[in-house]
Amino acid sequence: MPLELYLDLHSQPCRSVFLFAKLNNIPFEYKTVDLSAGEQYGEEFGKVSMIRKVPVLKDGDFILTESIAILQYLVGKHRTPDHWYPADLQKRARVDEFLSWQHTNIRAHGSKVFWFRGVLPAVTGSPVPKEKMDAAVEELNTSLKIFEDKFLQTRGPFVVGDKISLADLVAIVEIMQPVGTGLDVFQGRPALSAWRDRVKKEIGVEVFDEAHKIIMNVDALPQTFENKGIPEFLKLKIQKMFN
Amino acid sequence: RSVYIFAKKNNIPFDYKKISLFEGYQYSEEFGKINLLRKAPAIKDGDFCLAESVAIMMYLAEKFHTADHWYPADLQKRARVNEYLSWQHSAIRIHGSKMFWFKLLIPKALGTEVPKEKMDNAVEDLNASLNLFEEKFLQDRPFIVGDQISLADLVAIVEIMQPVGAGMDVFENRPKLKAW
Repeated sequence: MPLELYLDLHSQPCRSVFLFAKLNNIPFEYKTVDLSAGEQYGEEFGKVSMIRKVPVLKDGDFILTESIAILQYLVGKHRTPDHWYPADLQKRARVDEFLSWQHTNIRAHGSKVFWFRGVLPAVTGSPVPKEKMDAAVEELNTSLKIFEDKFLQTRGPFVVGDKISLADLVAIVEIMQPVGTGLDVFQGRPALSAWRDRVKKEIGVEVFDEAHKIIMNVDALPQTFENKGIPEFLKLKIQKMFN
Repeated sequence: RSVYIFAKKNNIPFDYKKISLFEGYQYSEEFGKINLLRKAPAIKDGDFCLAESVAIMMYLAEKFHTADHWYPADLQKRARVNEYLSWQHSAIRIHGSKMFWFKLLIPKALGTEVPKEKMDNAVEDLNASLNLFEEKFLQDRPFIVGDQISLADLVAIVEIMQPVGAGMDVFENRPKLKAW
């Protein structure tokens, strides 16, 4: 039975899993979950994961959520090249350090900016209040500065030295999220841009672009909602965001 | 607390460098040399500095060859630990921390009560996380990954204790959680 990956490439963690599987020639069955239609709240998907998030991995009877855990599992199972998740204690710790930090920093702030710029206006029909938007962008900027100052540093071309690892993969998909809404976070950040170019080259421009096609076309969302309607979960989520 | 307990429990010798977050030591130049992220915990092993409790515990587990159950070598068991350690950042950790701030720190430090709607939402979020914890991560197992305690349980317990410290008894009406 082939590996199943439940994905929606609007989602950053789906992109890192998708890219990792592709780059390492890990065969999988792509199971689309349409987040904009609320498919994650459907009965079908509920049988796969009660957490109702993507990505999800299904390996026979073994179901696993959380992209970080999925990536670590795929590394272990498919014995991918060492640089992705080095066996060396200190190098691995550096990858783990970033993978831990990113949840409530780049991930949280990049997601928020994405919602504020790309999703909320599409649902409510009006832009997010300036003060809220500015605060969200400021938090993202703070995270990006920390990323450059601490994680990129002068240690090497990638987060953990000479070669790309899970840290770079997770970082790039998260940083691309606000970019999809037209906020070019690379502008004015030469170190970040240079790193992005190196990562893109390692991944391969074609497969990188393939993974990011949906997010780079996120201005199609308003039309999607007009055609399919706005799912209830989205209205509730947005209400909560404004508290 | 998870790092402290893990080190103690596994008899890992360490020099306890007590820092005061409320005094802002994490913003000092001195601490910046240890951890640019300006958060605790952080460890210094010779010249090697490391932040992020999850990364620290994985490092210690490996370096000190702690008992397998803490971070099992078995692929699927380890995946379950990793799954929890990943999920908790944006779930129990964030909502538990928020309750601590809302119920204790903000009223005490700023002398202001948090608006009812914000408080209610925060309680609701924490409850949702605790429900998921019981329904998905615990189910009817004694520990998160089966019969033995792991890093997942350690991280979970210290996070769940945070709102308890602020006077919110999350174990009330949650017999499964209490037993765990």
